[in-house]
Amino acid sequence: MSDEDPLAAAPVTATTDRAAAARATLASVPPEPGAPKQDPILVMSGVTRAFGGLKAVDVEHLEIQRGAITGLIGPNGAGKTTLFNLLTGFDRPNTGTWTFEGRPLNRLPPHRVARRGVVRTFQLTKALAKLTVLDNMRLGATGQRGESFLGALFTPWSRQEHAITERARELLARFRLDAKADDLAGSLSGGQRKLLEMARALMMNPTVVMLDEPMAGVNPALTQSLLNHVKSLRDDGMTVVFVEHDMDVIRDISDWVVVMAQGSVIAEGPPEALSSNKAVVDAYLGAHHDRALEFDSEGNPVGETAELVAAMEHVELGSGPTDREERS
Amino acid sequence: MIDYSVLLTNGLGQAVGTSAIFFALLAIGLNVHFGYTGLLNFGQIGFALVGGYGMGISVVNFGLPLWGGVGVGMGCGVVLALLLGIPTLRLRADYLAIVTIAASEILRLLTRSTSQTNFTGGTQGLTGYGTAFTETNPFDQRSYSLLGIGFQRGELWAICVGWTVVGLSVLLVWLLVRSPWGRVLRAIREDEDAARALGKNVFAYKMQALVLGGVFGSLGGIFFALSVQSLTPDFWSPPQTFFAYAALILGGAARVLGPVVGAMIFWFLLSVIDGFLRQATAGTDPLIAFIDSQDVGAIRFVLVGTFLGLLMVFRPQGIFGNKREVQLDVR
Repeated sequence: MSDEDPLAAAPVTATTDRAAAARATLASVPPEPGAPKQDPILVMSGVTRAFGGLKAVDVEHLEIQRGAITGLIGPNGAGKTTLFNLLTGFDRPNTGTWTFEGRPLNRLPPHRVARRGVVRTFQLTKALAKLTVLDNMRLGATGQRGESFLGALFTPWSRQEHAITERARELLARFRLDAKADDLAGSLSGGQRKLLEMARALMMNPTVVMLDEPMAGVNPALTQSLLNHVKSLRDDGMTVVFVEHDMDVIRDISDWVVVMAQGSVIAEGPPEALSSNKAVVDAYLGAHHDRALEFDSEGNPVGETAELVAAMEHVELGSGPTDREERS
Repeated sequence: MIDYSVLLTNGLGQAVGTSAIFFALLAIGLNVHFGYTGLLNFGQIGFALVGGYGMGISVVNFGLPLWGGVGVGMGCGVVLALLLGIPTLRLRADYLAIVTIAASEILRLLTRSTSQTNFTGGTQGLTGYGTAFTETNPFDQRSYSLLGIGFQRGELWAICVGWTVVGLSVLLVWLLVRSPWGRVLRAIREDEDAARALGKNVFAYKMQALVLGGVFGSLGGIFFALSVQSLTPDFWSPPQTFFAYAALILGGAARVLGPVVGAMIFWFLLSVIDGFLRQATAGTDPLIAFIDSQDVGAIRFVLVGTFLGLLMVFRPQGIFGNKREVQLDVR
C-alpha cells in the first residue's frame, strides 16, 4: 500500500518556538495531580462517571495547558476514553463541571462542543466509508449555508463550496492524501484513515484537538509521520490532548503527561519525570512487581506471597457484595 | 400459444401506470429515509395512509376543497413523522423500524374499525372526495391509445398528474442530495458519531429526512386515493411498504432515479409474469399443466422474488447503484 511509503513523512516544522514556549511555561508547574497551570484552556473539577458499581472516571481537578501537547496515559480501563467522551459531550457525567476558555462546557451536546472548537477523533477511526475523501473533508467545514434544508434549496452555496473545496485540497496535500481525494474513504488503509480523520478535524479550525489513540493500529512506518503531524498542530497554535499507550510516543511528542489509573489522575508531570514516578510504575506494573513469589510443593503460596494473596482475597470479598448491590 | 405482444403492451402499460407511480412515490420517500440517511422506515404505507385519508376525510367530512385536502394530507404526513421521530430518532436504528411498522398497522386497524365508520368509512371505504379531480380532466374522449397501449380517460389524467408529481419530487431530491445538506445525510448514514464530532446536529437532520420522506409517502397515498377514487383500509397493509423497498433496491438505493426506475421495472415484471402465467395455464391444453390458473396470483410474486434474489447475487447495487460502494467491506 502507498501509505507505507517512508517518504510520506509530514513536513518537518521549522518553528519549534511554540514547543519551547509550551515547555517553558510548564516548567514551573509542580508535577503533582491537579496542579494549576499558568494559562489553562480546559479546567475540570469533580468529574465522576460510574457504570453500575464501577467508577470509570473520578477526576478531582485537572487543568490542560493552552498551546501544549498533553498526553493522557494509563493502563487499560483507566478511564481515558471515558474522560474523552465526557469532555466532548458523547457521554454524561454523574457529577462534575468543566470549562473551556472560562465558559462551562458540560451539558452541551457533542455537536455544540465541536462547534465551540473542541474537536475529537476516535479510537476506532470513523472515516465515512461511502463518501469520497474530499467529501469527508468538506463535511468538516463549519458555517456552511448549504447545510440547512432551506439553505440548500434557496441560497447560492456553490461559491462557499468552492472555497471549502480549495481548503480541503490544501489540507489533503499537507497530509499527503491529495492523490486519494476522489477515492471512497472506505478504500483507504488504517493509517490513511487516521490521517484523514485528523485532517477532517482540522477543517473545523479547532482550538483544542482531542486525539483518541492516534497511533493505534497504524503501521510503524507511518507512526513517525503521524507524530510529526500531531506536533505540527501545536506549532499551528492548537492545543492537543491525546490518549496513547506507547511510552516512546508519549516521550517523543508530549509537553506534559497526565497519568490515569482506575479513573483517577494519579500523576502529572513532564514526560522525562514519568519513569521515575512510583505511582506510575505501580499502576503499570503492579505495586508488588519486584517481589519474588514463593510457593510450597503443593502450589500453595507461603511466606510473604501468602500474606499478599490473603490481602487480595480480602479486598475482593470486601468489594464483592457492594458491587452487586449497586448494580441491582 | 403465448401472445407476446399483449404481454409487452400490458407490461409497458403497468410500468407507466398508476401503481408504478404510487410505488415510485413511496420508494422516493424510502430513498430519502433509507438510501441517504440510513433510517429504517418499515411503515411507509402508514404515511401513505394518513396522506390519502387525511385528504379524503377533510374533503368528505369537513367540506374542504380538494387542494385544501391535499394540503391536509401532506400535513398529516409531517405530523406522523414528528410523532414517530421524536421518541425514536435518538435511539438506535432498529427502534424506528419497530415503531413505524407498528404505527402503520395501528393506523390501518383504526381506519377499518367499525366504530369509526361515520368518520373513515370503516371497512366499506370512503368515496366522493375526488370529484374535483375528475371534473378537471382535460381529456374528453373515452379512451386513448399511445404506442398500442390503451388508457381510459380517467387513468390517463391520473397518469399525467402522477408523473408530474414524481418528476417534481425527483427534482427536489436531486437538488437536495447534491447540496451540502445531502452530504450531511450521507455522513449520518455512514456514522452518526462522526457527524456529531464534526458539529452536525444529527437529530435535527434525521428528523428533516424523516419528514421529507414521509411527505413523499403521503403524496403517494394522496395520488393513489385520487386515481382509484375510493379508500379501503385493507389496501394499506405492511406488504406494500416492502414492495416499495423491493422497487428501491431493484433500482438502486441512494440514487436519485433508482426508486422511479425500480418501481417501473417491478410493475413491468409483475405484469409480464402474471400475463405469461395466465396465458400458459389457461385453456384446454395448457403450456404449463402443473400450475393451476388460480395459483398464478401467488406464483408471480414467487418468481419476482426469485428475480430479486438473483439480482442481489449478480448486481447487489441495483440497476443504478454504484458497485464501488457496495463492494467496500463494511468496517
